[in-house]
Amino acid sequence: MIPTLFGITLISFFIIHLAPGKPTDILADFNPKITPEARERLEKMYNLDKPIIVQYVLWLKKIVKFDFGESFSSDRRPVMQKIWDKNQPLLDRRLFITFMLNFISMMIILIIAIPIGVTSATHQNSLYDKISTTTVFIGFAIPSFWLALLLMMLFSIHLGWFPISGLKSMNYDSLSLLGKILDRISHLILPVFIMSFTGLAGDSRYMRSSMLEVIRQDYVTVARAKGLSEKIVIYKHALRNALLPIITLLGLSIPGLIGGSVILETIFGIPGMGQLLFMSVMTRDYPMVMGILTISAILTLMGNLLADIGYMVADPRIRAK
Amino acid sequence: MGKDKLRSLFWKRFRKNRLAVSGGIIVLTLFCIAAFAPIISPYNQNDIDRKHILEPPGLKHPLGTDDLGRDLLSRMIWGSQISLAVGFVAVGIATFLGMILGAFSGYYGGWTDRIIMRFIDVMLSIPTFFLILAVIAFVGPSIWNIMIVIGITSWMGVARLVRAEFLSLKEREYVLAAKALGVSDVRIIFMHIMINGLAPVLISAVLGVASAVLVESALSFLGLGVQPPTPSWGNILTLGKDNIEIAWWLSVFPGLAILITVLGYNLLGEGIRDSIDPRLWETERY
Repeated sequence: MIPTLFGITLISFFIIHLAPGKPTDILADFNPKITPEARERLEKMYNLDKPIIVQYVLWLKKIVKFDFGESFSSDRRPVMQKIWDKNQPLLDRRLFITFMLNFISMMIILIIAIPIGVTSATHQNSLYDKISTTTVFIGFAIPSFWLALLLMMLFSIHLGWFPISGLKSMNYDSLSLLGKILDRISHLILPVFIMSFTGLAGDSRYMRSSMLEVIRQDYVTVARAKGLSEKIVIYKHALRNALLPIITLLGLSIPGLIGGSVILETIFGIPGMGQLLFMSVMTRDYPMVMGILTISAILTLMGNLLADIGYMVADPRIRAK
Repeated sequence: MGKDKLRSLFWKRFRKNRLAVSGGIIVLTLFCIAAFAPIISPYNQNDIDRKHILEPPGLKHPLGTDDLGRDLLSRMIWGSQISLAVGFVAVGIATFLGMILGAFSGYYGGWTDRIIMRFIDVMLSIPTFFLILAVIAFVGPSIWNIMIVIGITSWMGVARLVRAEFLSLKEREYVLAAKALGVSDVRIIFMHIMINGLAPVLISAVLGVASAVLVESALSFLGLGVQPPTPSWGNILTLGKDNIEIAWWLSVFPGLAILITVLGYNLLGEGIRDSIDPRLWETERY
């Protein structure tokens, strides 16, 4: 894990130097808003006057302390503070909003994908299997931002059921606690639905093939042969083993989910980390971009670590090694 | 079993797979649309007609017009060229990188393998879309840049596939024989092993085009991909979002085009996979 972390910082650092010339040149060319003074700050931040190895080491020293420098935007706040603002309630911090969106979607995906996958596998080639396979193919192919536009048109504009954007209504502060919760939920329903639907495809498909493999194993035949009911065979004996690869898949799907939150947060105007990244890319706010990129990679890595631990907890064979 | 027999078996299975055939037909149709864009598009895709802005689909403009009065159908026909070009160039880059790195990793093993595999781990732990956006922030959005960026952020799957192929093929007798005869490493890698491991690479390339088309449209939708006035399905959808309350056709049709395209490549890829996989043949009599 440590070498991977090291590699992530190398790639991030490499990207800074991807721009032709010095990063500060391009800044002045493309963003007239950047003053010579800001340019100087950037030069200092990345120590652009020193040899490249020294630059990297100095940059790394700051990253270790989660110091990504100051944002180029007019507020000039430190990058870390914009992502994780300690002056705001937890629910309003950007990183937390993105985390929450992804976490809720992931839970929904799990709750729905596992039964769909299992039933598809046990009823292979049935009408149910065919319908779910078709839905999966569409879920794979549908662009999330298009689905978002369609649902906005239907539910927010024509039917007026859900708010069109944001995370809370204008009158949020005057609402009762229950009102606040309901307000948040109504803002989250569409984005969470879209995230879950597009993510569901892969997981249920994977669950199906994992289950298909497991129910052909000898121990499932043995369980059937000794007269256990089909329910117990499937849900107790087969499912536990079929679930193992899903844990790994969950870990692997984190980068995709986080990446997708840029698009959905931007469309729905949700003030999360993805939206911040989009705005920073548009304004070429380099310290912000690098900060978000590094943090998202570290989070993904932690997710993978959790998946590995989960795998160890679930599978005694691995623990024995 | 001879090569010809295998090939005819492949076609037999492929033709039977209705989904795969429909995927193939979709992809072929898209090729034709892109190739004959100048002939079949009813209007010039960039002609502005201020008298007919945001016209709903009708006889004159089958799919309506956009906020500058440009014909949507013509813009979408030309947009198919963009998604085709981005898909193929990006996948070409990814496949090339993946094959080279995967081959070296699998063939040489040891430190080469360890370093390349670690590099893959690192690339996989950075959310790809974030990485693409970060690179675009530095190099600027343009059609060439996004082709390259999508390519260099999606080679990891191919590399793993090719590596696995090499691990299983490099100890085969015919490879050992070639080595004993003094054939050079480069020749063994490309002329003897790679040739035999091309099928899975082809499948992942076809599926890769689908995801490249999706990523391109998402980037263009966000304004970070293909820049207007060059039409791309993604940047037409941006107009759809801006006019969401008054012009549904700007949102519905380009998205449908993306969906059908991605579906086509996915079905084709899966279809080839099913037709190639000998494990699925066993139950059949031939």
